[in-house]
Amino acid sequence: MNKRGFDHWVTTLLIVLGLMLGGCGRAKREITITLSGSTSVQPFAERLAEEYTLRNPEVRIDVQGGGSTAGIRAVKTGICHLGMSSRELKEDEKDLNRILIARDGLAIVIHPTNPLDDISLDDVQRIFAGELSNWKGLSGIDHPIYPITREEGSGTREAFTGLIMKQSKISPGTLVQDSSGAVREAIATNPYAIGYISLGLVNERVKALNIDGVTPTKENIDSGAYPLTRPFLFVSMEEPKGKIKEFVDFVLSSDGQKILEEEGLLSAR
Amino acid sequence: MRAEPTKIQRLLIFFLWSVAFFTIGILIFIIGYILIKGLSYVDLKFLLTLPEKMGKEGGVWPFIFSTLYITSVCLVISVPLGVGTAIYLSEYTREGWFNSVIRFGCDCLAGIPSIILGLFGFIFFVIYLKMGWSVLAGGLTVSLMILPFVIRSSEEAIRAVPCALREASLSLGASRWQTVMRIVLPNALPGILTGIILGIGKCVGETASLILTAGSSLRLPVSIFDSGRTLAIHFYILAREGISMEKAYATAAVLIISILVINIAAYKLMHHFVKRYKRESIFWIRLQ
Amino acid sequence: MKERLIKGGLSIIALTSLGSLFLIAFFIFKEGIPIILRVGPDKFFFSTNWRPFEKEFGILSMIVGSLSVTCGTLILSVPLGVGCAIFLAFFAPTLMRQLLKPVLELLFAIPSVVYGFMGVVILIPLIQTYFGGPGYSILACSIVLTIMILPVIVSLSLDAIQAVPRSYLEGALALGATKWQAIWRVILPAARSGINAGVILAMAGTIGETMAVIMVAGNSVKMPHSILDAVRPLTANIALEMGYATGEHQEALFATGVVLFIVIMILNVIARFVAKSGVSK
Repeated sequence: MNKRGFDHWVTTLLIVLGLMLGGCGRAKREITITLSGSTSVQPFAERLAEEYTLRNPEVRIDVQGGGSTAGIRAVKTGICHLGMSSRELKEDEKDLNRILIARDGLAIVIHPTNPLDDISLDDVQRIFAGELSNWKGLSGIDHPIYPITREEGSGTREAFTGLIMKQSKISPGTLVQDSSGAVREAIATNPYAIGYISLGLVNERVKALNIDGVTPTKENIDSGAYPLTRPFLFVSMEEPKGKIKEFVDFVLSSDGQKILEEEGLLSAR
Repeated sequence: MRAEPTKIQRLLIFFLWSVAFFTIGILIFIIGYILIKGLSYVDLKFLLTLPEKMGKEGGVWPFIFSTLYITSVCLVISVPLGVGTAIYLSEYTREGWFNSVIRFGCDCLAGIPSIILGLFGFIFFVIYLKMGWSVLAGGLTVSLMILPFVIRSSEEAIRAVPCALREASLSLGASRWQTVMRIVLPNALPGILTGIILGIGKCVGETASLILTAGSSLRLPVSIFDSGRTLAIHFYILAREGISMEKAYATAAVLIISILVINIAAYKLMHHFVKRYKRESIFWIRLQ
Repeated sequence: MKERLIKGGLSIIALTSLGSLFLIAFFIFKEGIPIILRVGPDKFFFSTNWRPFEKEFGILSMIVGSLSVTCGTLILSVPLGVGCAIFLAFFAPTLMRQLLKPVLELLFAIPSVVYGFMGVVILIPLIQTYFGGPGYSILACSIVLTIMILPVIVSLSLDAIQAVPRSYLEGALALGATKWQAIWRVILPAARSGINAGVILAMAGTIGETMAVIMVAGNSVKMPHSILDAVRPLTANIALEMGYATGEHQEALFATGVVLFIVIMILNVIARFVAKSGVSK
């Protein structure tokens, strides 16, 4: 029994070591491009990376989240090749190389059963600033409004504050969810909630509001009638070279742009 | 007017029964809900293919692999350290201040919440030691989490080995180390393994610290310095980002089944050797 | 000679857990303390303004958030947990006991993300329907955490109850007490210190829980006024913003970690002390 027990021990250890060495043994690998930044851009970048590596199997593309600001900083410190940002670059970030890969509409969404269809930018601002807290004046239902926002540092939130809040601040009583999907889920399950998500993420479970009578459609965004849009950017230290340039070129090519449009974004061109 | 004691007793016993049924009901509900919603999407293809469209389609193979990879790294570090510490505490020293200081440190380490371990792992392994978000950094961080637990359960298992065996070995002229390696460890092995298996369960379910240290890359980690996303993190991201509820439930089902398998394995193993232990279950050790 | 070497090696190994504890404390404090001093401890601890981009770091509402969630959890979980332990120790038929123990083990083993997810899918809509409010609330957190922490309280209370000599119970019964009176008046007081230690450890676990909490707490940075209000506990604050944080903001999150670390260490030490005081009696 003792002997046998010990053999088990040794085998377990060998299996574990084998697994690790197996991993290390294959470490000799292709070229890696690393991207990091906005969690809003991340899914799209992953989708692009997937297509690109199908065509160029020798390239490995790692896509990390972390948020727009963190991604831009990661580029500056050289941790990654390309940063992803879902907001415009700030003054102190202007020295970086900015590549517009797509544009995204920002939709103000509510529960589908809410009778409201149209809202003014001013009302949105007042709701999120905590000045307007009852649906009564908007949709006639006498019930408190539950605004839902993204966390501090999110590119989506920064785009929202830049476009709508201007000088006023989002009230601290606002519910916070850490991803657009979570915001959508929270709104889909609460008839009195309101929030903002990427237009590409709007589905049948939530209703996107018209802003001052303008429906959030691609046409209206292209014509500039719908006011809430933001850029999706790749950011790099200098003009991309070699494989990175090839990847960026692919993203900007009609194939790459078509993928982004399929996923609900608007072409950069 | 005082109520009759027997009436109170009957009432309270009724309350206790309902608490017990409530507890069992909750477990059945959670497991049942996830399995019913998710199991129909789980098949071999789901387990063994790469994800497509950020996990909206395709399988979860890279995440299963990352989970195994991070768990192995974690075990390679925490098992020798944990068992070594347990041997030292139970075989090489008598109870004294040194022992109680180590035990105290061990208890404190066990009490640190995983988000703090994540912060530490992020600043120390990822940034300071320049490992980046990687399997290695993640494995090291979770190994800190399960180390106290491995120490505890190994110590308990080693102490349960009858003294007579040690005395016999020592009296035959074996050295202390020989006794430990040939007599004590083999005899304590089932108990130690049970502890390790339950530790694996902890690793598999861990999320907070791994998000900060192992990253969340969708790719199959090839080297130990690649970032990898575990099943639990993948489930969190799928459910939170609302990418695909079907895949989220399917991933949760895989997660729940592996946790069930791990715990049943540990339970069986322990049950087999339970007579050696003072307590009825290793589980009760883990919680202290 | 060889034996000495081995013993030395093992003692170094034994010191790793202690060493890593110090390393963790060192790095968390190193990152977190400077910002507390720069902001000023009074502002950091007693301001409710958390606006990291305007350099305002006040965590009072989060401390209150953590405390209220913990209180809520204890109010729900202590009666349930101790009740379960009493049931297991005195009233449960063998079959029930054999069923209940693995059930508790599994409840402990289920990953916290799964609990959080179930909370969002099942509990939040229920609270919205029956209690009103946004659903994401102290109440939701407390219920989810109660289920997560129940196994810990049960196991530690059971240990404490079983450590009470059987003769206590028999003596009380022989004096004509009902079984319940004996448990309430004799067994529970005798097991008190063990149960207290268990409750304190459970408290530490509740304060430290992250993933489940972040999903159901609502995370708003405001002083809560009722149990139906959303809160942002300390752990949620770290997990929520860590991905985005840089510079001072990141330091402030580490400072949040420092607070959490200290509170949990204190609770652990108290639990140890309480448990010891029971043993020596």
